[in-house]
Amino acid sequence: MATAKEDAPPTTSKVREVRDAKTRTVQDAQGSSLIGRTVTINRPRAELYAYWRDFARLPTFMDNVQQVDVLSPKLSHWVVKAPGGRTVEWDARITEEKDGELIAWASTEDADVPNSGRIEFRDAGDRGTIVTATIVYDPPAGLVGKVIAKMLQREPAIQARRDLRRFKQLMETGEVATSSRTRAQLEEEKA
Amino acid sequence: MRALTWHGKHDVRVDTVDDPEILKPRDAIIKITSTAICGSDLHLYDGFIPTMKAGDILGHEFMGEVVETGPKSTLQKGQRVVVPFTIACGSCYHCGKHQYSACDNGNPADNQDIGMELYGQPMSGLFGYSHLTGGYAGGQAEYVRVPFSDVGPIVVPDGLSDDEVLFLSDILPTGWQAAENADIEPGDTVAVWGCGPVGLFAVQSAFLMGAARVIAIDHFPRRLELARKFGAETINFEESKTYEALMEMTGGIGPDAVIDAVGLEAHGFFVDNVVDQIKASLMLGTDRIHSIRQAIVACRKGGRVSMPAVYGGIVDKFPLGAFMEKGLTLKTGQTSVQHYMPGLLNAIVEGKIDTTFLISHRMSLEDAPKGYKMFHDNQNEVTKVVLKPGFDAGTAIAAE
Ligand SMILES: NC(=O)c1ccc[n+]([C@@H]2O[C@H](COP(=O)([O-])OP(=O)(O)OC[C@H]3O[C@@H](n4cnc5c(N)ncnc54)[C@H](O)[C@@H]3O)[C@@H](O)[C@H]2O)c1
Ligand SMILES: [Zn+2]
Ligand SMILES: [Zn+2]
Repeated sequence: MATAKEDAPPTTSKVREVRDAKTRTVQDAQGSSLIGRTVTINRPRAELYAYWRDFARLPTFMDNVQQVDVLSPKLSHWVVKAPGGRTVEWDARITEEKDGELIAWASTEDADVPNSGRIEFRDAGDRGTIVTATIVYDPPAGLVGKVIAKMLQREPAIQARRDLRRFKQLMETGEVATSSRTRAQLEEEKA
Repeated sequence: MRALTWHGKHDVRVDTVDDPEILKPRDAIIKITSTAICGSDLHLYDGFIPTMKAGDILGHEFMGEVVETGPKSTLQKGQRVVVPFTIACGSCYHCGKHQYSACDNGNPADNQDIGMELYGQPMSGLFGYSHLTGGYAGGQAEYVRVPFSDVGPIVVPDGLSDDEVLFLSDILPTGWQAAENADIEPGDTVAVWGCGPVGLFAVQSAFLMGAARVIAIDHFPRRLELARKFGAETINFEESKTYEALMEMTGGIGPDAVIDAVGLEAHGFFVDNVVDQIKASLMLGTDRIHSIRQAIVACRKGGRVSMPAVYGGIVDKFPLGAFMEKGLTLKTGQTSVQHYMPGLLNAIVEGKIDTTFLISHRMSLEDAPKGYKMFHDNQNEVTKVVLKPGFDAGTAIAAE
């Protein structure tokens, strides 16, 4: 196994083996593509964790997620937007959980878009909390992959970055920023 | 409502569009009573700023009356407010340090990608200034939606006219921040490139901060005259060689601090444009020289460079050697308007700062396209255009 001789996060490595090693640390990894995204949020760790842990609230800042139903403490059902008013769905299971620190998940076998990952919360002193999302997914390949990529509307890396920014906005300001002028424009933006 | 909308280079129109609505808890809706056209708006008018879309409502210098508030707004209906052009949340790390123009949250998440690509960090949100800074509708309209209205707008006491306080929205704080960024010490000589609104407020601010001499540079006689009114000495760069004049006027030392209040409009935003205009080796003694380059070369050793002027991209022929060898310091940035508003409002009340001298034309919102053209074509006579949605079309009032 490759070991890093530096302190840069493995998700930023140019070396395939370093990235693969990190991928294997995600329990029940659903795929081989790795994304790491970090944001600092000027709020206490416990508060951020609590908001995130209530999955039903995630659509407030995850733009492409239409609805999350919590089926049991470990199991949730996800409905994700696709073009033409259609949706894709899957079940996700919590694979690891540490109160106030981390939540890891993986989609179940029959998922349309296999995905897995974890979200970690670390104290950042007077700057609040450092939130890191690590996502492992199946890279869309071939014809089917293209259809899936289209369904997701955006590259997962960009989606993750934007979702984290919206989470930050919501936690720091109490709302997700919009430049819409009218309710009609806002609806259109969300669609 | 009626609003001034952008449709392309030198094409702005007053259109009828849907009224703004309260969309978020901290929003307020302001009925505009006065709104100005800014030098920065000319960058949009000339088509220099990318990410504009047809139909975008312009305007980032505005004030008016609160007519509607969201549940978390601290404003009250009927209050008169001036609104900062920077959209800041008040609760992120940068806002906590009063670096409002670096706010993390004022720009919608999707729009932040462009700034990440261009500058390595997302830009904050601004009113009426392209989608790079959020795509927010501006205030050259009858009404505007103001997000984070509990943080930005400042309530104006009765007894002060619109004309006296309108410039708190941008150019007065910008001129002030420019002087502050020059770290002026008592007795200093400060040189200011550009006698537009920003330069003229920088001149006034520099004196208030203790400068012994301010030397103002432009080529419009009327603008130079205004600078002289505030006690500045002047250089007309069409008639004299700026660098040589500055050296002679400062006993061969150079100004202690230099302020670039010209910006990308001066002689072209694009690199190739600039390169064409640069005389081969020395980069001195020609009026086609980019102002920041000239300011750096003229500045004394160990001096300070302040750059309120807006630049958008990558520049060539930046005098990095002069900058390093002379040990200069450069400070710049979009203005953190919210930080300066209360102090400057006081200065206006106390009569320390004059603002109304700047306004050369007042006209109806309906006549805004004419105002843009005038401001663009005749910078000598037209120093500032204020649009009044309350005026009837065709009512234009020019100062004296
Ligand atoms: N940092 C901020 O937050 C902020 C806010 C507002 C405006 N600005 C920027 O400040 C700059 C000035 O704004 P303004 O409204 O005063 O603009 P303006 O266009 O009215 O004034 C610029 C002046 O510079 C003069 N000029 C042109 N080339 C020159 C040269 N080589 N040497 C000396 N003078 C020269 C012009 O004749 C003009 O009078 C613009 O770039 C604007 O975008 C920045
Ligand atoms: Zn302005
Ligand atoms: Zn902020």
